[in-house]
Amino acid sequence: MTSMSKPFIDKHLPKNKLGLSVRNYEGVMSTLCAGCGHDSVTAALVQAFWELDLAPESAAKVSGIGCSSKTTAYFMGQSHGINCVHGRMPSVATGANAANGDLNYIGISGDGDSLSIGFGQFAHAIRRNLNMLYILENNGVYGLTKGQFSAAADYGSKSKKGLANDQMPIDPCVQALTLGAGFVARAFSGDKSQLIPLIKAGLKHKGFALIDVISPCVTFNDHAGSTKSYAHTYKYYHPLVHTDFVAHADETTGAYDKDGAMRVTMADGGELFLRKTADDYDPRDRAQAIETLLMNKSEGEIRTGLLYLNSDLPDMQAANKLPKIPLNQVPYERLTPGKAALAKLQSRYR
Amino acid sequence: MKDLVDVSGEVRVNDFVIKIGNVNGTGSASANGLLMKAIFRMGVPVVGKNLFPSNIQGLPTWYEIRLTKDGYMARSGTAEFIVAMNAETYKQDLAEVSPGGFLLYDSTWPRPDLHARADVTAIGVPLARLVNAAFDNARTRVLMKNMAYVGAVAGLTGLDVEVIRNLVKEMFGTKEHLIDANMKAIGLGLDYVREHFSEPLPLRIEPMDKTAGHIMIDGNTAAALGCVYAGATFGAWYPITPSTSLMDGFKAFCEKFRVDPDTGEKNFCIIQGEDELASVGMAIGAGWNGARAFTPTSGPGISLMSEFIGFAYYGEVPVVLFDVQRAGPSTGLPTRTQQCDITLAAYASHGDTKHILLFPANPKECFEMAVQSFDIAERFQTPVFFMTDLDIGMNDWMIPELDWDDSYQPDRGKVLTADQIESLEKFYRYEDRDGDAIAWRTLPGTHPKGAYFTRGSGHNWKGGYTEDAEEYKVVLDRLTTKWKNAANAVPAPVITRCGKDARRAIISVGGCDGAVLEALDRFAENGVNLDYLRVRGFPFNAEVDQFIDQYDEVFVVEQNRDGQLRSLLVNETEAPKHKLVSILDYAGMAANPKFIIEGISAHLEALGDVA
Repeated sequence: MTSMSKPFIDKHLPKNKLGLSVRNYEGVMSTLCAGCGHDSVTAALVQAFWELDLAPESAAKVSGIGCSSKTTAYFMGQSHGINCVHGRMPSVATGANAANGDLNYIGISGDGDSLSIGFGQFAHAIRRNLNMLYILENNGVYGLTKGQFSAAADYGSKSKKGLANDQMPIDPCVQALTLGAGFVARAFSGDKSQLIPLIKAGLKHKGFALIDVISPCVTFNDHAGSTKSYAHTYKYYHPLVHTDFVAHADETTGAYDKDGAMRVTMADGGELFLRKTADDYDPRDRAQAIETLLMNKSEGEIRTGLLYLNSDLPDMQAANKLPKIPLNQVPYERLTPGKAALAKLQSRYR
Repeated sequence: MKDLVDVSGEVRVNDFVIKIGNVNGTGSASANGLLMKAIFRMGVPVVGKNLFPSNIQGLPTWYEIRLTKDGYMARSGTAEFIVAMNAETYKQDLAEVSPGGFLLYDSTWPRPDLHARADVTAIGVPLARLVNAAFDNARTRVLMKNMAYVGAVAGLTGLDVEVIRNLVKEMFGTKEHLIDANMKAIGLGLDYVREHFSEPLPLRIEPMDKTAGHIMIDGNTAAALGCVYAGATFGAWYPITPSTSLMDGFKAFCEKFRVDPDTGEKNFCIIQGEDELASVGMAIGAGWNGARAFTPTSGPGISLMSEFIGFAYYGEVPVVLFDVQRAGPSTGLPTRTQQCDITLAAYASHGDTKHILLFPANPKECFEMAVQSFDIAERFQTPVFFMTDLDIGMNDWMIPELDWDDSYQPDRGKVLTADQIESLEKFYRYEDRDGDAIAWRTLPGTHPKGAYFTRGSGHNWKGGYTEDAEEYKVVLDRLTTKWKNAANAVPAPVITRCGKDARRAIISVGGCDGAVLEALDRFAENGVNLDYLRVRGFPFNAEVDQFIDQYDEVFVVEQNRDGQLRSLLVNETEAPKHKLVSILDYAGMAANPKFIIEGISAHLEALGDVA
């Protein structure tokens, strides 16, 4: 992590509706290894936020510990961020969301952070249908501690030292589907054209949105024999569902309709267009999504895109009947019952 | 023909203990509560202690009701009248009756062996037979047997049946059939003893006027009420004895006071976490985002939360942790009381960490200090530990009625508004602008210029990551200063002087208070002069140092094995170690004065000194 700022010159850059350039959505300089997949995800986040015209202060970034978690410092420097303890980001996000549901919560995690030490919190945030975009930057390896297998490493995948992994992997998408997540996507850090619309759609989804991004570790897991290398991912990666997101219906949306895309209107009016590559795949069918992922896994295929969508589930705010005014802004006068009520209440204790 | 009860003993009025032995899961709690409440309504000060097992059904449980005309708030350690309703514990109960005392048992199945003690009078009342003849349903019979012993106790001690009747009416409201059934059961016990015993026991309950302006409430409920009045909006928790009723209370009060009648919207959020780690993480997330947030737990929960506590300390996030302490290392005795998390909480988490602790001694202080805890947490932007215990939290205590000042406004601490941020040239999260070691913070969503990055990794005063030795130390040193300054914000100690020239004194904490005050009276009667200071906050106020300085010796009275309060005094005051003498009790029962009197007396005797 660094505090090094980048020189800020954006005169020549296009501005969004808020008059901001992409530079306004950047953070401090990344200290990750050159070529790290995570930096591509960071760049995609910057682009997605800029394109969505989101006010930087409307976002809150949450993360745990690990290479992926560090990246919350590298985008949206004008947004609050909290980089907490290893594997516990979902709980911090839960409390923050309860206090103010009006913000856009972006959680950045890794396969170690989410699938080992934080597996429980990952699962329970999904169960609560916490309204957040949860990006899992998945490289199958512990980078900061120099190359141990993570719980996402495939069975038989080789470490840099040549040892084969002898444990079964945890697939975060399958897990999320079984736990009832309403938005489950897989992407590849090397394909920005797919990742950016998914980020936008995930941000606009009201509820828990998971994007598992295969994001190769160039230093510890990019060798022959690894199933999380760039070469392997490029070879076996096939978009199953192409996703496009349009924030506001305009002239372009008609073209999608002609294209035969599945059209989904998001909670705030944004339009999501899904184009399937296989006729018999239905991204509304949870059981089929799970089956497809399990089959793909055994075939060594990496299927990507928005694999499952259900926008009808009440999120944590709705389930808890939280007020329209964020809890952290409810005036004290509405929170205290006052002296008279206390006197009255005590008759039951006499 | 009437049995004769030996009434030759000295008559004791409003100064004895009724102890009821029962089987848990039989619904005896409401009968025992009824008994205690009736005594309270007669104007007699009472102390109620529930001794229950870590079990749902079938194990022995006891409920102690001490009538204390002098208003003592601790257990007496005696048992003048035992109502033995559990055959499994008959022997133990008989052995425990104080000399000259009484044992009431269910003589449906006569037990001559219970008449074995010459100094104890056993009273047989065939409760099961009476109840079985009057009620059909099996579950009803079990419940009504409890009510029948209430009637028997009333008949034997002079407890006013009209008071009981009113309470039963309040308990069941419009459910007339339940009122009738319960009063019928009470009548069974009452009539039987009136018919079979020539006069009441020498243990008499007579009306007094010492409970006016008081209520009976448990500390967890009072603390929950404090959370509501403090304006807490977010609570996260994982169920753990003995803290569970705190969140139950908060939920009930919020459902009553915080739900918009028109929209059904709730001005509060309670999340049951997947574990304690998540619960404190949620509270920290909410605190970071500007909601007053808390988590109730007990010692094992604090152990689990420790990593996050260090994060909130170093990241400077306000959060309140209610530690309702229970006994022991590991799982220990989940339904027994101790003050055994003092050192754990004071220094919770790895690395250099020091926390702010508040120590309530009764439900009244639970209510008041809950409010203070939130003010202090937000003022100092740090975790605050509210250190209560099972005895305070789960037992009903007689306290003066709670009062509230409607002019109270929460101290939300140093939080910049959007306008204030706008007017700043640059915002730095950990900048000590005011020289008070507390930096201004901003809330997410307020203003893009106010954005900062909260991290548990090394950071400098600007909030940026650093591994620079000097920059790192600047922040750590400010945290020390901030913590020290909190000594003047926590509740001041309460000092009780004996009015004579005392060379020795007692320092104690929390749930020991009642026992200490009673012990002081006994010492005074014997010419032993002791002053007393009760610690109510950590870091220690300067008064604590000054107090210790005034005496040759200070007895540190607490309920744990290792003398944790003493350790903290040795560590955090200038007091010489040899001056502080531990007086300890760690059996897990609510404190009674005995261990204090015996401990201090033994110490003085060994010295050949009588203070």
